[in-house]
Amino acid sequence: MSLYTDKVMDHFENPRNVGVIENADAIGEVGNPLCGDIMKMYLKVEDDVITDIKFKTFGCGSAIATSSMATELIKGKTLDEALELTNKAVVDALDGLPARKVHCSVLAEDAIKMALIDYYTKNGRELPESLVGFEPHEEE
Amino acid sequence: MRVYADNAATTYMSEAAKAKFIECLDNYNGNPNSLHSDGQRTQEVLDEARQTVADCIGAARANEIYFTSGGSEADNQALISAARGLAPNGKKHLITTNIEHHAILHTMRKLEGEGFEVTYLAPQANGIVDIKDVEDAIREDTALVSIMFANNEMGAVQPIAEIGALCKSKGVLFHTDAVQAVAHLPIDVQAMNIDMLSMSAHKIHGPKGIGALYARNGVRLLNVIEGGAQERGKRAGTINVPAIASMAVALKEGCDHMEENMAYVRKLRDRLIEGLKDIPYSQLNGDPVKRLPGNVNYSFEGVEGESLLLHLDMYGIECSSGSACTSESLDPSHVLTGMGVPVEAAHGSLRFSLDIDNTEEQIDYIIEKVHSVVERYRGMSPYWEDLETGKREHCIPE
Repeated sequence: MSLYTDKVMDHFENPRNVGVIENADAIGEVGNPLCGDIMKMYLKVEDDVITDIKFKTFGCGSAIATSSMATELIKGKTLDEALELTNKAVVDALDGLPARKVHCSVLAEDAIKMALIDYYTKNGRELPESLVGFEPHEEE
Repeated sequence: MRVYADNAATTYMSEAAKAKFIECLDNYNGNPNSLHSDGQRTQEVLDEARQTVADCIGAARANEIYFTSGGSEADNQALISAARGLAPNGKKHLITTNIEHHAILHTMRKLEGEGFEVTYLAPQANGIVDIKDVEDAIREDTALVSIMFANNEMGAVQPIAEIGALCKSKGVLFHTDAVQAVAHLPIDVQAMNIDMLSMSAHKIHGPKGIGALYARNGVRLLNVIEGGAQERGKRAGTINVPAIASMAVALKEGCDHMEENMAYVRKLRDRLIEGLKDIPYSQLNGDPVKRLPGNVNYSFEGVEGESLLLHLDMYGIECSSGSACTSESLDPSHVLTGMGVPVEAAHGSLRFSLDIDNTEEQIDYIIEKVHSVVERYRGMSPYWEDLETGKREHCIPE
């Protein structure tokens, strides 16, 4: 079996929602260059619905594929629904990731959470309980 | 177009090496330890192969060649023999570099666990060890210096003859892992004062699973594998004559044509290096001149090596990367970071290892596609955006 599933390779080769949203309503960024991956997500929100989402990712094939899949999974969803997105859902949607690449999906989940925090904070709204005190996972 | 540019990982077997392998399966299938005709016929093939290998590296006698399962086993046996063998004489210190293959580094770590002290020398920024550092590291109780002939990742060639002369003058054993060097660079174990040398067949168009350890007569080897009395009692196990004979053919082919082959490969290498130079914020890792004829190791800032590698693979170009994501660990190449390449630049590294089967047309194709993938992934990299906007600082000059 090859390292990556066909779905991972598809999202790597043809990533969905790549880019930047000018005047985005929220931005979330996680990771650092020393660890070899950074994800940045841009959201456009109307009436608590994510009407547009774009990402930029510095990282390996699975980092790009998980970013792409995560954006697909929450585009058009409400903020509450986006909050529910887990890294496991991203992995499942990609038909699995090798064990040592699972951290990429955690990065994707965290990037979305950071964008949501940015949105609530910018709009002077109270954070949902699950985001209070949230810190992105530290990479090893 | 398909371009295999990962010859430092493994090579394809040459036609002559394949033919020799099959010839042995058909005609020399006996166990050389058997006294009957089939065994003795096979013994002759083995003797001939041993002599060929000895001749190719300038060994004084064929019986200084011990066949092993490959480079890793040869490395293990060399270090273990020197350390455990000389420990009773009060020699408890070993010297190596931090850019060795894991077959050396992990064996050193095991010996540290047994109470040996190991000095890991860091090379200079060009990947080459300063002979002065080796000299300063040698102590009264130093048993062995083990420094690779040429580096598998970034190609830097070490001053082996100088290190050999130094070790000889200090009365210290000298081992070199020459897996990437044999059949690529001239080797003369006697002139270079090499006491032990490791080699592997599959890096030089021979079969996998076979290699050899050269140990000068007078160097005492300890067994890593116990059993029968094969290989002068130093390496047990029924002798793999088809692989050995095939290895000897591949090695001789490589050594007989080394000069013209390597002049050709060097030209391809320099064409590739030249063709990548105009990519901004990129650098060649390892000395540009004192490097393996086929090695090109480049770092591209702002992008990650695995994504470049995967995309090049879609174009039919097969290479490797020193990024963490291509390794078993979360750390990028210990070789690149060990010679002072910034971690960020090590993540964005690609290695092309070229050989005689590559063509100029392929090199131009690699150059075109590397430009294209670096541009593509910089375009979607928030790290590159930060470098461009000055939010983060470049670690590679433009």
